Order: sequence, then structure tokens, then C-alpha cells
Amino acid sequence: MSMSASPAIPPPPLPWRDNDPRDRGGPQQPLLIVRGFKKHFPIRGGLLGRTVAHVRAVDGVSFHVRKGETLGIVGESGCGKSTVARLLMRLMQPDAGEQIFDGDSVGSEGGLSVAELRRQAQMVFQDSASSLNPRMPVQGSVAFGPMAFGMPKAEAMALARELLTKVGLNPALFGGRYPHELSGGQKQRVNIARALALKPRMVILDEAVSALDKSVEAQVLNLLQTLKRELSLTYVFISHDLGVVRWISDRVMVMYLGEVVEIGPADQLYNAPKHPYTRALLASRPAMDPDHRREEAPVSGDPPNPVNPPSGCRFHTRCPFAEPLCASRAPSLGDSEGGAHLAACHMQDPDSGHSQARLQ
Amino acid sequence: MQPLVEVEDLSVDFVTRESRVRAVNGVSFSMMPGEVMCMLGESGSGKSVTMRALMRLLPPKRSEIGGRIRIAGQDVLAMDDRALRRMRGGVVSMIFQEPMTAFDPVVRVGDQIAEVVAQHRGVSRREGLRRALELFDLVRIPSAERRLQAYPHELSGGLRQRAMIALALSCEPKLLLADEPTTALDATVQIQVLILLRSLQRELGMSVVFVTHDLGVAAEIADRVAIMYAGRIVETGSVREVLRSPLHPYTSGLLGSTVHDQPRDRALETIPGAPPDMRALPPGCSFAPRCPQALGECASGPPPAVSPAPGRVARCLRVAAPQQPEYA
Repeated sequence: MSMSASPAIPPPPLPWRDNDPRDRGGPQQPLLIVRGFKKHFPIRGGLLGRTVAHVRAVDGVSFHVRKGETLGIVGESGCGKSTVARLLMRLMQPDAGEQIFDGDSVGSEGGLSVAELRRQAQMVFQDSASSLNPRMPVQGSVAFGPMAFGMPKAEAMALARELLTKVGLNPALFGGRYPHELSGGQKQRVNIARALALKPRMVILDEAVSALDKSVEAQVLNLLQTLKRELSLTYVFISHDLGVVRWISDRVMVMYLGEVVEIGPADQLYNAPKHPYTRALLASRPAMDPDHRREEAPVSGDPPNPVNPPSGCRFHTRCPFAEPLCASRAPSLGDSEGGAHLAACHMQDPDSGHSQARLQ
Repeated sequence: MQPLVEVEDLSVDFVTRESRVRAVNGVSFSMMPGEVMCMLGESGSGKSVTMRALMRLLPPKRSEIGGRIRIAGQDVLAMDDRALRRMRGGVVSMIFQEPMTAFDPVVRVGDQIAEVVAQHRGVSRREGLRRALELFDLVRIPSAERRLQAYPHELSGGLRQRAMIALALSCEPKLLLADEPTTALDATVQIQVLILLRSLQRELGMSVVFVTHDLGVAAEIADRVAIMYAGRIVETGSVREVLRSPLHPYTSGLLGSTVHDQPRDRALETIPGAPPDMRALPPGCSFAPRCPQALGECASGPPPAVSPAPGRVARCLRVAAPQQPEYA
């Protein structure tokens, strides 16, 4: 995989400030580096419950997130984007791979402990109802995390009320309510407050606005941007909605069947997608114009089953440019740590032997 | 030409011992044969309930339907059980968001379609299976013969939705009700199903009511759209006109807050607040508390439907009415 000379690492985006005492690596140290993440789920079957196959949910994923940046992750169902989120929070143990949080290796001896990681990284889930305790007033849910880490109750409650105000809910009115007394958008605001209660540096948002109505979704997206600026947060934003991801992300990563197929700065990736899958995904968006309707679907069929993913390039079964080479050899993505725009496709590599390989 | 569907002043109340909630409140529309209408609205706006009322699928003891529904010349609200059974599937059929729950999980999909055909047409099972194969080809399911033998869980999401469309079309209905049929599908599959539905609609000349919350989906498939808010249709018109020059402030708000390639450095336009509680609707226009252009009179009574141009209706006091409304 050849690449044009990688440019000097650009300075971190604006919201990042260097006044955080927890900041160890300095502005050039990415807040998160992931190398070679793998998670395979066994499928047990037969009389003895032997493992008969593996779902290769995440299969060798590497990326980094700079301080103050929003990395968007898009892909269709089964591409592994939610598994990546759970691995990042160590809600699941990766089978292989390395996670480095601000220079410290997570979960290894001498590195960052999982408990410490969870003080610095928090997560917001898609289902706003099931991620709150139904029998606890919402301000209790927000205060629960700090109390579990040793904050006195009165202090934690005061913090909870402050955070509810920050996410646009009047604590006097909403703090004592139970989750079922709130609308979906309000519950998701509580979840955001709960995630912020530990003063994290990174927030992982897994389809956090997908279940909301459009008018409420826009409100929550604006809130997320404001909070990010005020609190110098770094986001990993996971969604299947390409429009939302483009609006919120600085860089975007596209996943397909457990692998990263393309990664790059948001505008570059949307304006000039390099991977045929990214192109298909973008061309599948409804046109928003009744006079220019899509007449032909960019790809046919459903995404294949991640149990037995296709050989070689996993997209070759649906790719309009597939050649025999694509079925036999998997393309590599290359090293994206400079923040470059890369795609894992043989056509991007002039030496691959693909007849349409880009000449450089 | 006679309209295929005429709905006048439709209301649906859900009744429990403690309370009575009006989910649909004075909905009127009519549809010509071969027309595709999208009902657009947020959750709880009454779009799915309206659809279910058209087929009388609401639980009879816990709901009350008022107003008038005529489909293909027949009064739906006056039908007895036998007439309803004939109408469902034969004249009107429906596809749902989640095909997994619409199919019987322990019966092969081919047999389920054959059963419907045999019941409605009074033909043999073998004849029904032959028709099922035809339908699978119609909805472009690859290796149709093998797929007929599959159980619902053995099909992928896209194929399952195609199989449900085949089931719905098995008795050549005049009206297809589609309740968010592409919402649960992946992006690359959604566009395939939309294109399929559009071409089937053209081939078979049926009318389609398509419920969605996604403006982009409406732009792909609709001739006409009806925007619903808090149980009322607040605006109708051709899809072009409504998307390009919305009349009702709710429609413009919805268009503004839908994320599609807005500049990233600016905040998104939003509609403040949240949809109202259907148990305690504000007096007057239900949208007034969230409306940036609300007037004092907006709270005094529900705004009447006005038609500023042919084919367009809006319920907003700000919209001037040079013409008499076509339908109330």
C-alpha cells in the first residue's frame, strides 16, 4: 500500500485546552489509539454445545482519536460498530489488540486500570429507557456514578442537579421524576448528564440520537456540540445515519463486516469517497428531491453474514469493480495515524494488480 | 374518476377505565386510484393509528372509531366480520416495519403465502404455491424456489421485507398500506426496497399509503404528502410543493431540523420543546406552544383547514385563504 507523503500532524481541533491535569501526553498524543482490535463470538451448537463457528464481529480494527476531535463511525447492521464501542469501554474483553488511552495501555500491567478508564471515558447508549434505572429518580441515576467512586451523597446530588441544568432540564422540575415520566429526548438528555457526571474526557455515543424524533434529534445534536466545546470533550460518535455523522464528525471511519474499509476527514470522505462501499453507502441515501429520484440501487442484496465473511476483500461479493484478485487477497488500509484519507481497496494501490488500480 | 379512498373527519379514541385519549382527531383525505400518499410525522402523531383504522385493525373493545371511511365504494366502519375478512388482503393489505413479527415463525414463508391465496381465491394449495413463486419473482427474490422453503428467520432483513411485500400483494389489493416498511433496513437495502415498491406500484397501478418519519423516503416515493402532528393533518400537498415551499410552521421546522449536509460549523435549526402529551392537548392549535410564529388567536380554537392553492391544504391561521377548502 503506497501513500502520498504523509503531512505533518495537524494541531488538535479548537476545543481542546491544555489545562486538564489528567492530560499526560500533551496535545500531540492521541487520546485514544486502538491497534488490531479483534472480537469473535463463538456459536455453540450440537448436543455437547461445542463451538461450531465464530461470528467475526470485529476483525482487526485500528484507529486513533485525537484530543478534542469527534470520530464518527458508520456502517450497516452487523458491521461491528457497536462491538467496537463496547470493547472501548471494556464492557467486553477484546480477543486481541491493544488500546492506548492518552499514552497508557489499558488493562495491562503498569498501564491504566479498567476502573480508571471508565472515569475518563463514558458511554451513551441508543435505548434511553433501558439505560436508566426505572426505580430511581433520574437525579439519583446521574449521581450514582460519582457516589460509586466515593463522592459524598450531598455533593453528588448537587453535581447531578448542576448537570441536569447543563443538559437543559430544570432539576427542580425533572430531577425527582422517574424515567417513565420523561419523553425520549428528555431521557437521552439525562443519559448524557449521567455520562458527564464522572467528568470524562471522552464520551462514546452509540446511536445516541437514532431513536429520537427528527425535531428532538436536532436539539440533542446541538446540545452535544455545545457540551463538547464547554467541557473540552472528545467524542466517538457511532451511527448508521450518514447525514448526522457528517454534521458532527471531524473524521469518519466506515466499517463493513468487522473491518475498517475507509477512514478520513469528514468532508474529504463525503465529497470524494475512495472505497466502492462508501460510495454505495452515500449513493443509497434518499435524494431529498422528488425530481431526482434514485432510479437504480447502487448495490444489490443484503450485507453478508459476519459468521463466514467472504474471503479476500469482504465487499467483493457486492462490489461492481470486483476482480478475481479481490476474492483471494485482502486489501490493507495502511497507517492512518497521520489523519490521512485511506481506503482498504485494491484499486487504491497501484501495485495491487487490479486493472483499475489508481496510478499515482 | 371516483376516489378509491375517502376519509372524512376520522377520529380514534383509546379508552381505558381511567382515561380516554384521542389519538386521531378529525383526519380527512381522499385518494385517487394509483396515487401514492406519504403520511409524515413524528412518533405519536397518529399516522400508524390512522392506517390501522383504515383496515379496522385496532382492538375493538379498547378503541372507538368515529367519522367515515369509504374504500372502493364500501363503508369500512359498517362492515361485519365476514366483509372485513374479505376486504383485508383482498382490497386492502398492509406491510409493517418489522417483517419478523408479521410472519408466523414456524411456518415456511411459501406456505404462508399459499394459505392466503387459497383462502381468498378458493384455489388448491398447489395452485397457491405456484402463485407464491410468481410473487417471489415479482418482488425479485433471487433463487425464489429455494426461498419459498425457508422459514422467516432464515431470510435476511431485506429478503424478509420482500417476502412480506409478496404476501401483501398475493391477492392483488387495490390499496397497499405501508407502515414504515424501510425504517428497520440498512441504508443500502432501504433504497432497494423503495425502488422495488415504486416499480411495483407503477406496474400494478395500486394506491399506496406510506407512513414514514423520514422526509428523504417521502421524497423518493410519494406523489402527495400529508404532514401529521398531534393527531391532525396539518398540511397536505404534492411532495414537490410541500418540500420546497412548506406552508405550516411545523413542516418548515421539520425540514430545517432534518440533518442533510448542513454546514458543520453552525448549529442545526430546531423546533423547541417536545410533541404534546395527547392526554392534555393545548387548546387551539396543538403546535402553537412550540411555534416561533404563534399569535394570540392560535390558542383560541383549532385552526380551520384553508387551501391557498389547488391541491394544498394547511391548518394554520397565518396561511391566507383565497379559496374555499376542497375538503374540511
